Parts: sequence; structure tokens; C-alpha cells
Amino acid sequence: MYNMKYDVVVVGGGPAGLAAAVSAKEEGAEKVLIIERDNALGGILQQCIHPGFGLTRFKEELTGPEYYSRFTEKADALGVEYLLNSMVLEVNTEAKQVICTSGEYGMVCVTCGSIVLAMGCRERTRAGIVVPGTRPAGLYTAGSAQRLVNRQNIMVGKKVVILGSGDIGMIMARRMTLEGAEVVMVVELMDYLAGLTRNRVQCLDDFGIPLKLAHTITKIEGNERVTGVYVAPVDENKKPILEQEEFVPCDTVLFSVGLIPENELSKKASIAISPVTNGPIVNQHMQTSSEGVFACGNVVHVNDLVDNVSSESETAGKFAARYAMGNIPAETKTVTCKTGRNVRYICPHTISLSKEAETVDLYFRVLMPEMGAKLVAKCGDEVIAQKKEIKVNPGEMNHITVNTGKITGDLTVEVIKED
Amino acid sequence: MKKDIICTICPKGCTVTVEGEAGAVTSITGFGCKRGQEYATAEFTSHVRILTTTVKIEGRDSDLLPVRSSRPLPKEKILDCMAVIKEVSVKAPVSQYDVIVENICGTGIDIVATKTMQ
Repeated sequence: MYNMKYDVVVVGGGPAGLAAAVSAKEEGAEKVLIIERDNALGGILQQCIHPGFGLTRFKEELTGPEYYSRFTEKADALGVEYLLNSMVLEVNTEAKQVICTSGEYGMVCVTCGSIVLAMGCRERTRAGIVVPGTRPAGLYTAGSAQRLVNRQNIMVGKKVVILGSGDIGMIMARRMTLEGAEVVMVVELMDYLAGLTRNRVQCLDDFGIPLKLAHTITKIEGNERVTGVYVAPVDENKKPILEQEEFVPCDTVLFSVGLIPENELSKKASIAISPVTNGPIVNQHMQTSSEGVFACGNVVHVNDLVDNVSSESETAGKFAARYAMGNIPAETKTVTCKTGRNVRYICPHTISLSKEAETVDLYFRVLMPEMGAKLVAKCGDEVIAQKKEIKVNPGEMNHITVNTGKITGDLTVEVIKED
Repeated sequence: MKKDIICTICPKGCTVTVEGEAGAVTSITGFGCKRGQEYATAEFTSHVRILTTTVKIEGRDSDLLPVRSSRPLPKEKILDCMAVIKEVSVKAPVSQYDVIVENICGTGIDIVATKTMQ
């Protein structure tokens, strides 16, 4: 086995891994390595050729390639090293070793001071939501269709039905239309949009693509190729009303039905995983239950904005560098962030208190849409931070900033309905 | 005339209510920031969108160059622009922001590369 030694090793070269590596280097880590299984850095942003990235961070509207190139340029300038076409097989949290196979070196064992997990997420498939019917050609997850169309010059179909109103689904509705396909409809099980409103406006409304809320695909038809799908409205229990089922001819179905954090490595390394987010439980420094192992980006929780991924990954990279240099503030107490009314989960899950007070951004998602809401963080009955929002929506992440100096014990985040 | 416009500048998606006649705005409410106010004012009279797509790279079958319009284009020109871009191919190497199609469809807006290709 080929041996290497680094201060910080980052698993994954997408937006999370890139931001973590750059910030680790800026914090003073001498040798930083990114291990990436694809043939280039940038992750999913390589196929996200559409605009909408970087509005918060760079105050301009960038496409995916423009966004990640700002990080790869920085990584190159700072001397971040990387192994491409290399698949990590195992993370040893005790020995701080990462084992991977590399096209260039064969089996590689990298010993390091700290590890950042930035593996991202993958798409839920048709099997994950169990759609009945045959198994013809023409069924794709929206993201794999996006890769084929945008990176590999392969058009996936001519007449398309999209299941799920997530952002990737809506963006692919526009993309397929621009490339000459007919998008018959976007079908969404819930009675509200899963993705961002701006994507409905510019991807569906602009092209007159119908959005069928509270509907689902009940059956897929076709032997060699998809010939059509049955679509039916659902009742309040999400059960299809079969009497109103309709046949919709199409040759392609795209599934945009959710993302799953990719945590096979984390689970194998016995890192504690949250049952709600399916990602590692982390503190405000993005440190997992294993000391010296950090995690950031969609492997922790699925984000809707890459800008958020970059900022939490910078935190992970910064503290991974500090850990490697033996410079993490001594913990005096750990408190848990608990979900209150209309809060599904909070990231970070815990806050590590030390003598130095710091500000912490708590990112969270609500369970249901609400107009006129007050976001509150409190310890016991004492409110330590609050903020008003015109509306909250499960598809759009919220955040509230707290000062650790004010924390007296476990913290609850809740959404209060305001009239 | 009164129009409810959903702002697409950021993910918040504010609903901005604009009133006015023949392109002149008389009242505008509901915006969350200055950019939103500008967007809704522009959207009230003319719709513009950033166009992104890909172009072929000569001699490569399974690789594409991602491109964008340097500025937002009139919405009604988007399909015409796509028809022009469809016929374009480039020779590598290409640098990020190299102009791929100049003044597309007479809009005064260029189509530029968003990625450097060796």
C-alpha cells in the first residue's frame, strides 16, 4: 500500500470539500488533501450550468461552473493537493487514516491530523418511493438526466413527465424544454411546492409547464420504452383517488423525489447519525461524534443553497485545521439543540461551550408552511434570540444566530405563529 | 394596471405588487430589498432572463462547454437564441468568459463560456 501523510484530509471535492480545504489551508494547516472519485473537482456544480448560485455570498448570480471555479482557483493558489479518480473505502477515526483506491497510486493509506467528510448526497430513486408498473427504458433520476444532458451530450427523451417539484426537477423541466423536448407536467404529491418559488416562476411558469400539486404517478407503462404514466390526485392522507386516474402519454419520466446524504463511510466508522437528517450529528464546529472527524455540506443535511454549504464547510475546514494543530478550545459543557413547535431539525445538533463566547448560526427546517412567523431560540423560558419572517416553508432553510455566552442549558428552537 | 410579481432575485420569493400604466410605475409595494424593487419594476414592463445552455466542442463527442448570456435577455428571445446556439461549436482550449456568440439575435448581449476548457 502506498502511504501518504497530510494535516487535513477532505473526502469529496464538491462545493463542501473545496470550501473546507481552502479554509483549512487559510487557517494554517500546512498540507491539505482532497480525495475525489470523479475525474474533476466541483461535484454536482459541474452539471448545474444554470444561474442562481452565489447571491448571498458573492452578491451576484453565478452558474455552477462559475461558482466552483472561484474555489478551485483559490485552492490552486493556496497549494491544496488532490487525488482524482480515487474512491475512499474506509475512514479509520481512531488512527486518523483514510484508505482509498487511486488510479495513479493503487491502494493508498493517508495518515492525517484530522478528517473532513464532504461526500454530499445522492438521489432517491423510483425504488425508494415504490412506483408500481413495468421497468422500461426512459426512467431517470433528475440529476442523472442532468449529468447526461449537460456534461455528456446525451439527450434522454422527447416527451417528459417529472415526478416531484424539487429544485432539480423544475430546473430539468426548463432544461429539457430548451433542448427541444416537451415537458407534459410536473407532478407533486404534497399540496405545496417542494423547491424554491423562484424556480417555479422561471422554470415552469415561463414555459407554461403545468404543475399538478397533490397528485402522484400511480403506474408506469411500457415494455422496452416508457409509453406513458397514470396520474391521479391524492386525498388528505396522500392516498391516490383512483377513480380520477388519467393516462398521460410520455417516453421519459424524471424523478426528483428527494436526496439522501451519502453516509456509508460515516456509518462504517461508527459515527453517530441523526435519524431525521440521515447525516452525522455535529456540533457548531461541524465536529462529529468522533473527535477530529468533521463533516459538512449535504452529507450532514440537504441544503437548498450552495452558499450555506460553503459557509458551514469553511467552519468545518477551519476547526479541522485547528484540531490538526492541537488548537481547539477546551470544552466546558455540551448542550443539545432541541426542536420546538414547527421545527423538523436543527443543524448543529449540539453546541460545545468553552470559556470563549462565540456566535453560532443555527440552521433549521420547518415541518409545514406558515405565513407570519417568529423564530425563537430559548434556554428554558429565557429567549436568547428571535427574528421575524414573512413566511416559512419546508423547502427553504431558516436560520437564527445565537451567542454562546447567553446559553445556560439545552436550547430549543421554535416557530411561533404571529397574526 | 396592477400586477403581482414573484421576485426571483433570491430564494425568499417576495410577492411584489406593482401598479402603473404603459410602463410607468405609479405604486410598488411588498419588496424585501432594493434589488427586489428594481427587479419588479423591470419585470412590470419587460421580462428578462439569464439564458444558460451548452455548446459542442469540436472533436469531442461526450464533453460540452457550459455557456450563459452575459446579461439577462428579453424572455421572448430565449427560444430564438437557443436555435442559434444549437448550431455553434467551439475549438478547445476556451477560457472562462470568452465570447462564444457576439450580440446574439441583435440583443447586444453576448453568449460567454462559464468554464475554462483545456
